[in-house]
Amino acid sequence: MANKISRVPVREQDPKLRATNFDEVSFGYNREEAMLEASRCLNCKKPACMTACPVSVKIPFFIQKVAEGDFKEAARIISIDSSLPAVCGRVCPQESQCEGSCVLGVKGEPVAIGKLERYVADWSRENGVKFTDKAPANGVKIAVAGSGPAGLACASDLAKMGYDVTIFEGLHKAGGVLEYGIPEFRLPKEKVVAAEVANVKALGVKIETNVVVGRTVTVDELFDQEGFKAVFIAQGAGFPKFMNIPGENLNGVVSANEFLTRNNLMQAYKADSQTPIYVGESVCVVGGGNVAMDAARTALRLGAKSVKIVYRRTEKELPARAEEVHHAKEEGVEFCFLTNPVEVTADDKGWVKGLKCEKMQLGEADASGRRSPEPTGEFIEIETNTVIMSLGTVPNPLIAATTPGLERNRKGGIDATDDGVTSRKGVFAGGDAVTGAATVILAMGAGRKAAKTIDEYIKSLK
Amino acid sequence: MYKILRKEFLNPITCLMEVEAPRVARAAKPGQFLIVRATSDGERVPLTVCDYDRDKGTVTIVIQIIGASSRIICSLEEGSCMADVVGPLGQPSEFTHQSIEQIKGERYIFIAGGLGVAPVYPQAKYLHDLGAKVDIIIGAKNSELLILKEEMAAVCDNLYICTDDGSAGEKGLVTEMLAKLVEGGEKYTQAIAIGPMIMMKFVTLTAKKYDLPLVVSLNTLMVDGTGMCGACRVTIGGKTKFACVDGPEFDAYLVDFDEAMRRQGMYRTQESERDHKCKIGIGK
Ligand SMILES: Cc1cc2nc3c(=O)[nH]c(=O)nc-3n(C[C@H](O)[C@H](O)[C@H](O)COP(=O)(O)OP(=O)(O)OC[C@H]3O[C@@H](n4cnc5c(N)ncnc54)[C@H](O)[C@@H]3O)c2cc1C
Ligand code: FES
Repeated sequence: MANKISRVPVREQDPKLRATNFDEVSFGYNREEAMLEASRCLNCKKPACMTACPVSVKIPFFIQKVAEGDFKEAARIISIDSSLPAVCGRVCPQESQCEGSCVLGVKGEPVAIGKLERYVADWSRENGVKFTDKAPANGVKIAVAGSGPAGLACASDLAKMGYDVTIFEGLHKAGGVLEYGIPEFRLPKEKVVAAEVANVKALGVKIETNVVVGRTVTVDELFDQEGFKAVFIAQGAGFPKFMNIPGENLNGVVSANEFLTRNNLMQAYKADSQTPIYVGESVCVVGGGNVAMDAARTALRLGAKSVKIVYRRTEKELPARAEEVHHAKEEGVEFCFLTNPVEVTADDKGWVKGLKCEKMQLGEADASGRRSPEPTGEFIEIETNTVIMSLGTVPNPLIAATTPGLERNRKGGIDATDDGVTSRKGVFAGGDAVTGAATVILAMGAGRKAAKTIDEYIKSLK
Repeated sequence: MYKILRKEFLNPITCLMEVEAPRVARAAKPGQFLIVRATSDGERVPLTVCDYDRDKGTVTIVIQIIGASSRIICSLEEGSCMADVVGPLGQPSEFTHQSIEQIKGERYIFIAGGLGVAPVYPQAKYLHDLGAKVDIIIGAKNSELLILKEEMAAVCDNLYICTDDGSAGEKGLVTEMLAKLVEGGEKYTQAIAIGPMIMMKFVTLTAKKYDLPLVVSLNTLMVDGTGMCGACRVTIGGKTKFACVDGPEFDAYLVDFDEAMRRQGMYRTQESERDHKCKIGIGK
């Protein structure tokens, strides 16, 4: 029976219309749609989706509850493994995780696990369902540096265990990339992100913004002067990379981080915001990840007439979520594949005029089976007013540099085990701060694992 | 939090504020800066730390009204609060890592232009308190725009003032004053210039003639101030650096001033249009 129904499509804003506003693209399922889609799940004995989920959400179990219309129980089941379902349902790369392993996907379309997760999470928020069972307070102070998914997840688990947790956030608003990076049209700030942050606060976690650990206060001072017994470093990977090509410091070249931060955190898209943002008639975004898609689609919404993604490999290698690429195309973003920038050219006033690129071709597969791009010697120049560099980010060296005994790994992140243990006693780390730029779900998972490790560490001290 | 305990107009367009920010006050060192948001929908504005009082838990900032954001900051009343103050940011001045003996062996000359007086103050004070020999040149358009004269006089051995119109001190530019002092036989071993980019560029050209080691503090555009956005990119010795984390102070002889000045103007059209409707720059 289940196979006869095809995947329930999710209602979305019309592409032409949504390319002019910042409202959420996807409306999500309603109750009937969710229950119908949930009924497609085969409830496999050995659920491959669960194995493919980085935090092993008990997927078939919650989906059964959705099919029955018991959304509260569905929410409880998800909450055992995930603390940010409203976020993950929206931004996880489902096609390479849970949905990518769904048996139904072999011949047809996989169950829309992400959309179901989002439905359950939105339903719980709208119906005031919370899972906030807390152990009695134990008075042990734990500090968390950074309020992205890793920091929030770690803090809420520790608070539930009874710890007295303070998150120190360098920016003026909590949420990490969820707040400054991912745009409103993918992840609503007030409705979803602020609500998640409020949930963490409701558990008793204190969030002190405007504290840059390593500058405002050092890790040593947190231990010696403020009485913290452990510190979890969840500073993310916020340091933008550039290409080091000529013309990169021209006016009109910005990092995706700058562009998105101006737009999201500083709300430059709102008429009353005081933060300026520069778009230009035509925009080239260099890179192929989620960040590049977000920057391109933001540029369209800010009024750019032409937006191109410039990527040195082919469509198949694009690291962005499939849904984002699809949405970007629908909205009118153009793609220039096998194109590698070599120089940004200038007008006589030092503003961007064009992006000179070399055409690439895919070479032989290397040992890992990946075909890397090779130069062809053929060059083109794309006319453009703006170049947005979206080449990835690396962890900020600040905390490691100001914390004696804290080693860094080869990626420049903090050297830590999967459980969050670093080279320095009492200091733990996880998320992008360790792995380099990755995903929300991995960061959240790392935060939760570290919470367990920190609990064991504190108990071992007694 | 971030209560304004004292507010004083130093001249019609420059305002001094002493703000409650205990964490910043505790950690601040000469050469560092902070970022302020006046209101919860305000821009992040980088400002130098002019002074700090660790016991009182306050920092002193000096703001010149040059655009919408600085006007809003200056319109906040004594007793009210700023939405955000974060810092200290950036690297402390090089000399804060040096021993007292080293510092006492140097002869410092500061060149402060316009609002540059504010960041020079804590540096001169730090060195003067340690017993170093410190001279200061202040340059201003006219006597009305000359700020913190008494304060500066109290933290140096010799204070030289020059104004464009001669309404205070000598008529002339800071570069002329610097040349006059050096050619008159003053043996400075370290110069530090802080002020408008164009002034720092010309001080660099002057100092070069005399082989005088020179440090400048770059007031670039910034958003986060922690290394996250790259808005503050500057070229130093042919390499791209982030002024907010690698600086703000750099060896003057390595700075690409022309690029730095051009980049400062990136949002100028929009800044001036800000009171109008269009803030999103489509044209230039
Ligand atoms: C534009 C964009 C789009 C993305 N899209 C997706 C997506 O669709 N799906 C997905 O799964 N992932 C996506 N990602 C990646 C994902 O957001 C990150 O992997 C995830 O947020 C990492 O979480 P984190 O907690 O480790 O770090 P972050 O979210 O980066 O949070 C770190 C926090 O620490 C703060 N901080 C840094 N240094 C300090 C310090 N010294 N002191 C105090 N605080 C500090 C930062 O300000 C920040 O708030 C995207 C990333 C970006 C930038
Ligand atoms: S201000 Fe953002 S990196 Fe320097």
